[in-house]
Amino acid sequence: MLQFFQNLGHSTLARFNKLGRASFFLIHALSGFPKVAVRPRLLINQLYSVGVLSFFITTISGLFVGMVLSFQGFHILADFGAEETLGVMVAASLVRELGPVMCALLFAGRAGSALTAEIGLMKATEQLSGMEMMAIDPIHRIIAPRYLAGIIAMPILAILFSCIGVLGGHLVGVSLLGVDNGSFWGQMQAKLDFWDDIFNGVIKSIVFGCAVTWIALFEGYDTLPTSEGVSRATTRTVVNSAFAILGLDFILTTLMFGDH
Amino acid sequence: MLTLRQLVIENTRFNLNSTVFRFNNATSFPLNMDISNQSNDTLVAINQLTFYRGDRLIFDNISLQFQRGKITAIMGPSGTGKTTLLKLIGGQLSPKQGSVVVDGHNVHQIERTQLYQLRKKMGMLFQSGALLTDMSVYDNVAFPLREHTHLSESMIRSLVLMKLQAVGLRGARDLMPSELSGGMARRVALARAIVLDPMMIMYDEPFTGQDPISLGVLLHLIKSLNTTLGLTSIIVSHDVRETSAIADYIYIIDNGKIIDHGTPTQIQQSESEWVQQFINGDMDGPVHFHYPAPDYVDDLLSYAT
Repeated sequence: MLQFFQNLGHSTLARFNKLGRASFFLIHALSGFPKVAVRPRLLINQLYSVGVLSFFITTISGLFVGMVLSFQGFHILADFGAEETLGVMVAASLVRELGPVMCALLFAGRAGSALTAEIGLMKATEQLSGMEMMAIDPIHRIIAPRYLAGIIAMPILAILFSCIGVLGGHLVGVSLLGVDNGSFWGQMQAKLDFWDDIFNGVIKSIVFGCAVTWIALFEGYDTLPTSEGVSRATTRTVVNSAFAILGLDFILTTLMFGDH
Repeated sequence: MLTLRQLVIENTRFNLNSTVFRFNNATSFPLNMDISNQSNDTLVAINQLTFYRGDRLIFDNISLQFQRGKITAIMGPSGTGKTTLLKLIGGQLSPKQGSVVVDGHNVHQIERTQLYQLRKKMGMLFQSGALLTDMSVYDNVAFPLREHTHLSESMIRSLVLMKLQAVGLRGARDLMPSELSGGMARRVALARAIVLDPMMIMYDEPFTGQDPISLGVLLHLIKSLNTTLGLTSIIVSHDVRETSAIADYIYIIDNGKIIDHGTPTQIQQSESEWVQQFINGDMDGPVHFHYPAPDYVDDLLSYAT
């Protein structure tokens, strides 16, 4: 019994220790943003690898999510004779919740895991140590551009996810199931509010981008410099990012839509 | 009247020739005169250093001195903390007790910005080379120049080509690190380490896993760079024969202590049985072949009973 509490205390302390290191890491990375601003080439390269290379999986997923959402929504709404509101249902679901959350989960799986593996392998092959010995701060030179790229890329991908999702919903709802085209778009325009729905969704995706990229970069930087260590860090990135996204989504949804 | 293009060509030719000159005519290089004058100076001094990794004692109150312009080797079995010592000198790790003074600066007490300034004068060759895998050979060597200087791209090109010429890999400038052999990767890393003209270079196991030709090239490069550029070299290695051939002074460490130190000749004549076993590679001696275990016969028969 005593051993149990000892282990529990040890584990709790280790987690707080890691959280402290992650916080210092974040502050150090943020202090490197001004240097990234004067060397935009570093940011552009990372926007390509973090954002552009995630475009395909994001848009394809958005298309299918929108199509399925439209199909399921149509049959429920048809029972109440409210098929015309299909466009609102699909768009609101996407821009408020599914767009930011699904896109962030995909982002964690695609870009987050790649970032962790890249940084972890750089550590394992002494590239980060090598930079330190060349008097180059690896957190400013390597981490900061990737972090900024993640924060910028995530909301853009989420917006694209939602847009393509709405088009997928239109494809199924209007072209296949016969919902009126004017009703689909008209209801959507009338009911969706830019600030309450779209802007809040973008805010969510920015917060998710900050969290996921922070987790991915820190896990890579903090990994044990072995192949097993990198493998475990990559897994932790995906799992911890998923928890962070879902937890933050609940908090943000409560704050944004709690008084409606 | 020379055109601008001719001037650049002439200038580049002069620089390249002077590089070759420096490497082929070591005795003529003016820095050699300074080396002889400074040979008694200590560039790096490690004083009563104690270091733990977790609960494990790595160094127990050790003191070492590295002379300017000399090649000093740190030797010992694997796992004795030789690489850790280099990281302590570079300020990447901090000791529990003691100090590391490099060129008059206590590396663990100076400000971060001062430490980074000091590191610009310290080159380090990692065991793996530590080349940046997403950059070509040329960009790897140019990397410190682009980060720390505001030199024009044409000047950077000249400097990079001169350093690559010095290590014999000017023709490999467009290759990626994945296309290099282990020996070539270390030579590129060496070119990168000297591109800022440091005052010292630390070599971490430079000979491990090298074929005889690469090994010979590395030995020649370390020796000639040390002589011609007036560098202070610290070599961490357990390759006795190769390291002894170029080292001016050797420290042998084991179990956190300095077992012996002296010139290669003095080490060869050491009266320590441990040192003799280490340098001759004897199978048995103070370091036993067998890991401590119960009696062999008893162990075999214990299952039957």
